[in-house]
Amino acid sequence: MSSATDTSTDAIAGDGIVRAADGTPLKRSLARALRREKLRSFLLIAPLLAFVVISFLMPIADMLFRSVENNIVEDTIPETVQTLASWDADSGDLPDERVYAALFQDLQIAVEQRIHTRLGSRLNYEKSGMSGLFRKTGREVRRMEAEGPFKERFIEIDEDWADIEVWAVIKRYSPPYTPGYFLNAVDAELTAEGVEMKPENERIYLMLFWRTLVMSLMITLSCLLLGYPIGYLLSHLPARSANLLMILVLLPFWTSLLVRTSAWKVLLQQQGVINDFLVWINLIDDAGRLVMINNQTGTIIAMTHILLPFMILPLYSVMQTISPSYVRAAKSLGASDWTAFWRVYFPQTVPGIGAGAILVFILAIGYYITPELVGGTSGIFISNRIAYHISTSLNWGLAAALGTILLLLVMALFYVYDRIVGIDNVKLG
Amino acid sequence: MSSPLPPYASTLQVTWFYAFRIICGLIFFFLIFPILVIVPLSFNAQDFFTFTPEMLRFDPAGYSLKHYVDFFTNPDWQQALYNSVTIAPAATILATVLGTLAAIGLSQAHVPYKSAIMAILISPMIVPLIISAAGMYFFYSRLGLQGTYIGVVLAHAALGTPFVIITVTATLVGFDRSLVRAAASMGADPVTTFFKVQMPLIMPGVISGALFAFITSFDEVVVVLFLGSASQKTLPWQMFIGLREQISPTILAVASVMVALSIVLLFTLEMLRRRSERLRGLSPG
Repeated sequence: MSSATDTSTDAIAGDGIVRAADGTPLKRSLARALRREKLRSFLLIAPLLAFVVISFLMPIADMLFRSVENNIVEDTIPETVQTLASWDADSGDLPDERVYAALFQDLQIAVEQRIHTRLGSRLNYEKSGMSGLFRKTGREVRRMEAEGPFKERFIEIDEDWADIEVWAVIKRYSPPYTPGYFLNAVDAELTAEGVEMKPENERIYLMLFWRTLVMSLMITLSCLLLGYPIGYLLSHLPARSANLLMILVLLPFWTSLLVRTSAWKVLLQQQGVINDFLVWINLIDDAGRLVMINNQTGTIIAMTHILLPFMILPLYSVMQTISPSYVRAAKSLGASDWTAFWRVYFPQTVPGIGAGAILVFILAIGYYITPELVGGTSGIFISNRIAYHISTSLNWGLAAALGTILLLLVMALFYVYDRIVGIDNVKLG
Repeated sequence: MSSPLPPYASTLQVTWFYAFRIICGLIFFFLIFPILVIVPLSFNAQDFFTFTPEMLRFDPAGYSLKHYVDFFTNPDWQQALYNSVTIAPAATILATVLGTLAAIGLSQAHVPYKSAIMAILISPMIVPLIISAAGMYFFYSRLGLQGTYIGVVLAHAALGTPFVIITVTATLVGFDRSLVRAAASMGADPVTTFFKVQMPLIMPGVISGALFAFITSFDEVVVVLFLGSASQKTLPWQMFIGLREQISPTILAVASVMVALSIVLLFTLEMLRRRSERLRGLSPG
């Protein structure tokens, strides 16, 4: 701002150049001030930018990288990978003695470092039985003498070493980058004939993605059905009563997610409050208690409750701005209540519906906690599968690939949201 | 709906008027009932998750504080409470300081690549938590931060910053820049100007941003489940485990305490919002 005082006393010298008070040309002086201002705002932003990049963006990038990274094969058995390069899997012959000798060398080192079992589990994702094969071979290889013929010796340990498919899998997954995890994530696999879909009974992820989308859509629709009347009521009430009723919307919004999920877990149980009440009013008998939890119903009810405020708030803010004179004008021209609502009022609320629906949908497809707790097995989402692969099956590559697909989906939806609402218009509370 | 029904309203219109209010009443009931019902249930003298006959008769013997006693004496819950109240404030301070500075920087007139920077800074709010958790788990393990207090605080601070940015930016929209120039023209240096002029005016936005960051960290469970180890388990973590494995009614007592906390937060924010509007002259009184 210091330049502001300088430029206030412009003077035009004899050469026609406008100058600031200190004699520098005004243009240069202004440019310097602008540069300084840019630098200052950048210095203010820089710490957070660096922080978010390191603590958030780099982890995401790491995950994206892991979904294709496949160094493990080359790192564990480098000689084998090299000698295997000249072998043609389609020839119908087993690799020659050199490959087996290289495998012996590599495994000697790998067993010493105890990393051969990790390679086994990695290859097991592509062909079952590989984990056991490497474990068994690792045990035997230590006792093996360092002279040939290695081919016979390996086949003696396990006849799988005489299986061309085993070698084909090792060769196929030896490059440092692989599409294998992504193919697994969409129920496909890399075979000798190229990319193929897995057999029907092994396909789970496409079905899970589809279920996640369908259930998120149902949650979005029920949020819209319940949220629209509330938004309408709040925007048509006097400000004082609207503010009071708003508390009923904001309190759930501010209440911990775990608290709301536990409430539903308690309410929906077979021995829970809702079933007790229905039995008490004789709507159902004691034997016919409803199963509302650990299935899709539980997930949809609980998540509709949790995400409803995210639908009501944008709807309300749009409906507030709609002038009542349009509906009055329609009615004065002879429209019935329904026509005035449907043809005049409703179209004006579409931006609010769009904003709320996309927001709820984006939040729903990434949900983990609620489906995990009230979804049982039939009500879980793709997120639950990602969590399973990270913490239980330890197939991080597949978890990363599933996560990447989900992330792309959310990004695409968010792009649409940004187009409709604008990212700067996100309002809180 | 705002005006009472006109005298010429038909029977159908009158019926719909009341039917609509009843529907809305039911939806409000759906919104608020699950939260309120756990409060009386948490005083259950039995280890049940439903109302016992004694409770329905309002027999004092049906009620007890034993689940609250368990919460405040059980070492597991105490450890979780301790972790929650040490992790959340640290993450809040980090997120608020960095977020406020960045929001002030972003509100300047000439910021190169403004929308790109904004998109990066907001991204922790958009990315689904499970993906953030997965990425952080992989990356923080490489850095040796997985299972440490610092790791959880950093992760929670990153998740909280978008809220600070949004609330502070919103306050700065109504900020009169000439006040800064006036202070400078009277000889105040930039630091004095910031603390004496700008800071008091944007304070409501900063505080509500801090509250958002606090509740983000305090409620967060997905990231801490992956990133934390047993010694970082927070209240939500303990509740999650409790709900998944050995469900105990103590969870209801904890939940009731957290409902009370959210009511306090809600009212604080509402007061701040009113104060901010008054300061910016957007609404009278």
